[in-house]
Amino acid sequence: MDKSMYAIEVDNLTKIYGKGETTVTAIADATFQVKPGELVAILGPSGSGKTTLLTAIGLINEPTHGKVVIDGAVVADEGWTPGFDLKRMRREKLGFIFQAHNLIPFLSAIENVMVALEINHLSRSEAKSRAIELLTSLNLGHRLNNFPSALSGGEAQRVAIARALANKPKVILADEPTAALDTENGKNVMALLKKLAVENHSAILVVTHDHRMVEGFDRIFQVSDGRITGES
Amino acid sequence: MNLAIRDIRYHLGRFILTSIGLGLLLGVVISMGGIYRGLIADALAILHANKADIWVVQQNTNGPFAESSRIPEDIKYRIRLVPGVAEASPLSFQTIQIERYGKPFRFFLIGYELNSSGGPPEIVAGRDIRQKHYEMVAAQAMGMAIGEKIHLGLHDYTIVGLTGKIVSSSGDPVAYVSLADAQDIQFKKDNDAIRNDRERIGANLATIQSLSPAQGKYLQQNITAITESTHTVNTIVVRLAPGANLHEVQERISRWNHFKPLSDAEQTAILAKGMIEKARMQLGLFRIILLVISAVIISLIIYTSTLDKIKVIATLKLIGAQNRVIVAMILQQSLLMGIIAYGIGYLLILLTYEKFPRRIVLEPFDLQMLFVIVVAICMISSFVGIRKALTVEPAEALGG
Ligand SMILES: Nc1ncnc2c1ncn2[C@@H]1O[C@H](COP(=O)(O)OP(=O)(O)OP(=O)(O)O)[C@@H](O)[C@H]1O
Ligand SMILES: [Mg+2]
Repeated sequence: MDKSMYAIEVDNLTKIYGKGETTVTAIADATFQVKPGELVAILGPSGSGKTTLLTAIGLINEPTHGKVVIDGAVVADEGWTPGFDLKRMRREKLGFIFQAHNLIPFLSAIENVMVALEINHLSRSEAKSRAIELLTSLNLGHRLNNFPSALSGGEAQRVAIARALANKPKVILADEPTAALDTENGKNVMALLKKLAVENHSAILVVTHDHRMVEGFDRIFQVSDGRITGES
Repeated sequence: MNLAIRDIRYHLGRFILTSIGLGLLLGVVISMGGIYRGLIADALAILHANKADIWVVQQNTNGPFAESSRIPEDIKYRIRLVPGVAEASPLSFQTIQIERYGKPFRFFLIGYELNSSGGPPEIVAGRDIRQKHYEMVAAQAMGMAIGEKIHLGLHDYTIVGLTGKIVSSSGDPVAYVSLADAQDIQFKKDNDAIRNDRERIGANLATIQSLSPAQGKYLQQNITAITESTHTVNTIVVRLAPGANLHEVQERISRWNHFKPLSDAEQTAILAKGMIEKARMQLGLFRIILLVISAVIISLIIYTSTLDKIKVIATLKLIGAQNRVIVAMILQQSLLMGIIAYGIGYLLILLTYEKFPRRIVLEPFDLQMLFVIVVAICMISSFVGIRKALTVEPAEALGG
């Protein structure tokens, strides 16, 4: 298999929470691949295992069985310990967007973006100009110095997107990025993600349970009870 | 970007308040060190003012400060004859507490032979004592003005001059009078007592049949002279001639068997070690307790502020922040708080130390040591917070 062919490869991924009699199989035998530039939605009811799938791919949650490959590098496999720095992987290859925007409350909008760049060894001035560029492209040029508490839900979510994009990651993982937003803002955010998938050639995996939000996606996975039950 | 400072700036009020609280605590720690140094300085003030080489005191005592010591004044003549002695000055010490304007008024009275050593170290206003009687030089701290009178014993004494900051080993301001006056104040009986004594001696002698009236009169004169004599001093301070051997002179004086010649170094050791040791231990204990309290407070503050930041820390981990970014954030906050608190404490003492009832001496060495200790405490105290932070899982950033 060509190393650069897929941005994400998931092979027989299983996640079982708990031990003994109270185990929950949150994900069972998931297998799929996502190419760079593809925009994929994961749809499913509450408790179906969407977040678990995303966090397993995002190296936040170690799978019980199965294998995850990001940009050609194995990041999780049974009985396998990573021979490289997972933090560095997160910094360079992955971008996360969550339902709650997860901005750092004591940093202004621009600083929230800059921090992701600076921990990836960009100089302060480089980080600053890239953050301004990103936020301006997301129509936040006038909100650079506001703290998250002073931003609207949609603005905060766009700052979070800017932060996720800051290091031009190969893979963007978004867990219900529109849940806290009204329909219009939600649609704007989705449109933005779509645009980014094309422009940055990133693989974007978006979890949602809102069918209205997934128009224009390249592929849509249906998840229920931990299984990928369909793809359209 | 410095996350520690960003966080502090965002919660500025809270940070300043905690720093001030901690600063007050450190101020107390600083002042206690200063009080201890002040105790030493006070205890040794009279010693330093005298610049004596030898303190001749009563045999088997560590007088005249640590223990009471009484020796006859006229031994000074004998001491002056010892080879190597340049000066021998008798001194009398007594603590006096009288009522003045309805308040207790306490000071330490030194009697010295005019024109010899042992007098006021400096005159900052007025003049030295010139007359043999009823003149006094007082330390400024007594708050008396030149020309004021004070009643001691049987007489009034007039303040003719003021001396600087000299205090006794218990911190009382010092006043000087002539040796004769000091002896009068200490030993002279009032007229009623003298009359009673004389009558009793006379009556006792009259019962002895075998004494002729002439013999009786002679005896009575001698006995009353002894009972009314005031020629006792507490110490005789000796200054040596240049090149004289301290040990030889000490050796000569101790051979007389009635006196103990303490060198200035021995006297210093008695005062510093003996008298101040307990205070030092007490103050040292308090300082340690306060530093432990500071450490606990810093730990708690850092720990709770880390708990407040769990989500932030998880988010930082999620976006791939290195551990050192997170450790630095916590450690820097802790250090900053400690250093600012130290600054506040230091400033506080600097602005107020002259108003303390006892002398506070701020030694640069003590201040530097405390600074190092505070920095160490901050680093150790942030350990619990750092350990907590390092166990935070990036997944904790997820939940709403
Ligand atoms: N840390 C955990 N420990 C035990 N069980 C868990 C844990 N996290 C999730 N689960 C369980 O795993 C299952 C899948 O959870 P998951 O959060 O992935 O669902 P989801 O599809 O994201 O749901 P939602 O739409 O409500 O966010 C659920 O039954 C949940 O209770
Ligand atoms: Mg979920």
